[in-house]
Parts: sequence; C-alpha cells; structure tokens
Amino acid sequence: MDEPTTPQAVARISAEDVAKVAALARLRLGPGELDRFTHQLADILAHAEDIEALDLADVEPMAHPVRLRNVFRSDEPAPPLDRDTVLGQAPSAEDGMFCVPPVLGEAP
Amino acid sequence: MSSIDLDRWEVVIGLEVHAELATRTKLFSAATAEFGGEPNTHIDPLTLGLPGSLPVLNSHAVELAIRVGLALNCTVQRSVFARKNYFYPDQPKNYQISQYDLPINADGFLELPSGKIVGVERAHLEEDTGKSTHIGGGGRIHDAQYSLVDLNRAGVPLLEIVGRPDLRNAEDARAYVSELRAVLVAVGASDGKMEEGSLRVDCNVSVRERGAAEFGTRCEIKNINSLRSLGRAIDYEAARQVDLIDSGERVVQQTRHWNEDDGRTHTLRSKEGADDYRYFPDPDLIELDPDPEWVERIRAELPLLPAERRHRLAERVGGSTEAVALIVDRGLDVLCLAAIDAGADAGRVVTHAEHNLSDERARDLDPAAFASLVRMETDGALTATQAKTVLAELVERGGDPASIAAAKGFEAMDTSELEGIVDGLISAHPDEWQRFCDGDVKVTGFFVGQVMKATGGKADGKAVTALLNSRTA
Repeated sequence: MDEPTTPQAVARISAEDVAKVAALARLRLGPGELDRFTHQLADILAHAEDIEALDLADVEPMAHPVRLRNVFRSDEPAPPLDRDTVLGQAPSAEDGMFCVPPVLGEAP
Repeated sequence: MSSIDLDRWEVVIGLEVHAELATRTKLFSAATAEFGGEPNTHIDPLTLGLPGSLPVLNSHAVELAIRVGLALNCTVQRSVFARKNYFYPDQPKNYQISQYDLPINADGFLELPSGKIVGVERAHLEEDTGKSTHIGGGGRIHDAQYSLVDLNRAGVPLLEIVGRPDLRNAEDARAYVSELRAVLVAVGASDGKMEEGSLRVDCNVSVRERGAAEFGTRCEIKNINSLRSLGRAIDYEAARQVDLIDSGERVVQQTRHWNEDDGRTHTLRSKEGADDYRYFPDPDLIELDPDPEWVERIRAELPLLPAERRHRLAERVGGSTEAVALIVDRGLDVLCLAAIDAGADAGRVVTHAEHNLSDERARDLDPAAFASLVRMETDGALTATQAKTVLAELVERGGDPASIAAAKGFEAMDTSELEGIVDGLISAHPDEWQRFCDGDVKVTGFFVGQVMKATGGKADGKAVTALLNSRTA
C-alpha cells in the first residue's frame, strides 16, 4: 500500500481527477485518503504502462479474460420474487413500491 | 417567440430513439417483460441488483436487435456490454448495462417516404430503467418529499437507435420517427406504441447560419411523447436558440425537458460527459459475436420493408409519392397490386385506396371483388360516386359488387334513355344551351344537375358531359 511510486506514474493521474471520480462514485474520502488513493491509482496506471511497452501488434484486443462468446438464455419467463417478501426487506415501502428519499434532479 | 428566418438559419436535428423490444422476458433475466402490471411484480434478483445475481443474455432480444440492424442497413458486428455508472433509484445496480464503443449494429441508414436518406450511427442493446413517482411538492421532482419506485420495467430490453444529425426540419424528423416505427413493427421488433413508452424519442437540436461549416451547440430535448410534440419541441427549441444568438448570448449545451402544457422546453441539467459515466466492459458478461450464418438466416427471413413496398407499388402504379406512401402506411399495397393483377385500372385502384379506403377493415377486402368493382366503373356501368358507395358496402359487409350495385338500384342507364333526357333539357332551356355552346363551362353543372334530378342520381356525370359536347357539333 505504501510502496514508493515513480514521479511519472503520479503525473498520470492528479488528485483532482481522483476527487472527481470519488464524487461520481459517491465516495467521501477521509483525511489523507485522497493522496493515498492518488498514489495507488497511479501505480495501477504504471502497471498498464508496462503492458503498453510490449509489442502487442498480433494480439487481438479482448473485452473479457474468459475466451467465451455468445452464451444465451432462451426467452422463457420464470416466476418472479414475491413482492411482499422483497418489500419487507426494504427500509421503507408504500403502495407496493420502494420508498426512497427525495431525488434531486432527473435520471441521466 | 417568432418563427425563425430560414433564409438565414439552418436547423440541425439528430434523433435518439429508444425502442422496447418485444420479448417475453428481460434482457438479462427471466422476469416477465410485459407492459404494466401491479408495481414490483415483474422482479427477480437481477432486477433488484441483489448481490451474487448474474446477467445472462436473452437470445431473442439479440435476434430482434439484429433484425432491426439489418432493416436499417447496419453492419452487425462483434459487440461488448459495458456498465454505464450512475446513481438513481430506478436502477438498483447503480449501473445500466449498455453497449458503448462496440455496439451490435453500426453505420446504417433509413430511407424516408420522400426518398431522403438519414444516417443511422448505431443501434445498440441496453436495459430499461424502473419508474419513479415523486410524492409531495405537486409531483415536481425538485420539491418532492420522497419518491416511490416500481422496478417492473427495469431490465426490459431496449434498442437505442442513434440517428446522424441529417435532419433539417420538424417535418422530416416526424417522418423519420414514423418510418422507423413502421420498420420496427414490420420486423416484429417492437409494438411501436409511443403512448405506452415502447418508443421514446430524445431529440438533439442545434442551429447554425446557412453555409457555416461547423454545427452549433446542441441541446437534447427529453419527454417527447408524440409525433406532434416532436414537431412543436423542435420548432420551439430552434427559435429559442436563434433568439439567444440574436441577442448576443450563446447556447449552452444541456438537456432540456419538453413541457406539453406550456409548449416550451425547460432546463433539466447540464449534459454529463461520457467520462462521467465511467463506462467499462461489464466483467459479468462475455462478448457477443453473432454467428454469420445466424445473421444471414435472420436476413433471409426479414419481411419486405416499408421502403421496398413503396418502391414495388410505385413501379406498378406511378402515382404521387404521397399516395404511394399513404397506401403502404395503410397496409393496402398488397390489395392494390392483387387488384391490378386481376385486371383493374391502376389509376382508379390508387384513387380508391387513397381516398375511399381509410377504414382499417379495407385490408381484408377481397382483391377480386375490388378489381371487379373497378372494372364496372371503368366500363361505365357505375359512376365514380356509385363506385364509392359500393366500395364502402364491400368494406363494411363484403359480397359481390354487381349484386350490391343492383340492390342499390345502380343499374347503368340505357344510353338512348339518357340521350332522350339530355335532348329534352336542351329544348327546355334554350338560353342555357346557347351559353353552353358559346363555351361557358360553368353552365355544364346546371345541365348535369338537371340530368341527375331527372334520373335520381343514376346518370354518370362524365357521360352526360360527353353527350352535351356531342350535341354542340
């Protein structure tokens, strides 16, 4: 966690970037965490840099480590979960619906 | 707000259409995808975003997506599902599974009835969200005390069809959505119901001075619930942007909400950049790379599309672009072609289909009966008005046109009888007759009217005019 990081790696991501990503992910960072995570994320990017340094011209880009494609299910309905059971586990429910705190702003 | 000066300004429109695919189950789970239902009765662990639940792709949703892609002349390609991350209670996983840099369908186009070609950038698969109802504050989101969430719709498969900014006015935008809906329905991918939200249109609008190389800053308009709203929203938004620019301000890129009641668009929020969604490949899902044989089988099974049907009909009948489009839109092209094959005059067939067959049941007309009616008309056994009456009866109750005509007393008038009536009228009205002979065409109506009166409407107006003309010689 506290391994030394190279200055180049730190330059790959700024504390500002990390603060923005944290805000988007609704994470509240405590004292010292911004700096710590900036370094950790920079290390991850440095690792990606190692891979970038390799000659990968003949390697097909992959979106998933598993070499599997086209796994499907058929369009057959299955019984739903019981609503009362589900709503019973929710912090709050009303009229068969989940009750949530007021939302500010529309969905994207 | 005044309408804009179109000599100076050009409006640029690009549409994003979300179509709910007509599957039985959701995109990644087996809960029913049926519309409506009691709140939260179409739910399963994946819909709720419960820990440990995993998505598995619905093959029928993929097939429907491919059908649409092929119908829109897209390339069907290897694709990857990505997570679009945002927090909103109608999406309990806190991300929507969508496709990002590799959509299943890319780079196609749609041909409008006018012949205009509109580019389609992509048509990708994604999940729908649930529905929130805001309680308190008059239902307005900013003043709500709390919100109620129904997740029935969450996870229903959507195809997002992203059009290129090739549209230049509200009329073309409406024609595009209308044509796209016809294609979706034709291939069985969607029921196309805008009022039930099966088809949702987001509209990007910008304006630029004519001749400008770059597009202006665009605004995205949401909450468009009908073709009529689409046209109104575009006209309003274009005028708003021109007013801003004219008064020395600038257009700010943002999402705006169309309000049907006041006929305006309102600021919703500044547009998030794609980066804010932190898209990345969903590790729970593997690549989708449809087998070329499967794609070709789907292509072979596609029905004739509206544009192809319009071309096919136009080749046989000539007729105006509008008439041909209307006939195909009413689903009467097959009937018309069959009637023409059975010997009916193409021009009369088109005229009837355009003007006298707006009834939905007209699609079930027997082509042979329709053809024999048109033949009776062109042979002079029925007048145009009588033919229309018989046709209405055919649509209403079916049967044989000759029997219907006989039952209504539409016997063709004996020519000598008609001649006698016309000659009698000429003698009885010498002044009018002189005016007719002097070329006063207005008086034709007088004579035709008199003949109709004398025959109880059985005479053919054209035959009367022909007889009158023959008597002037």
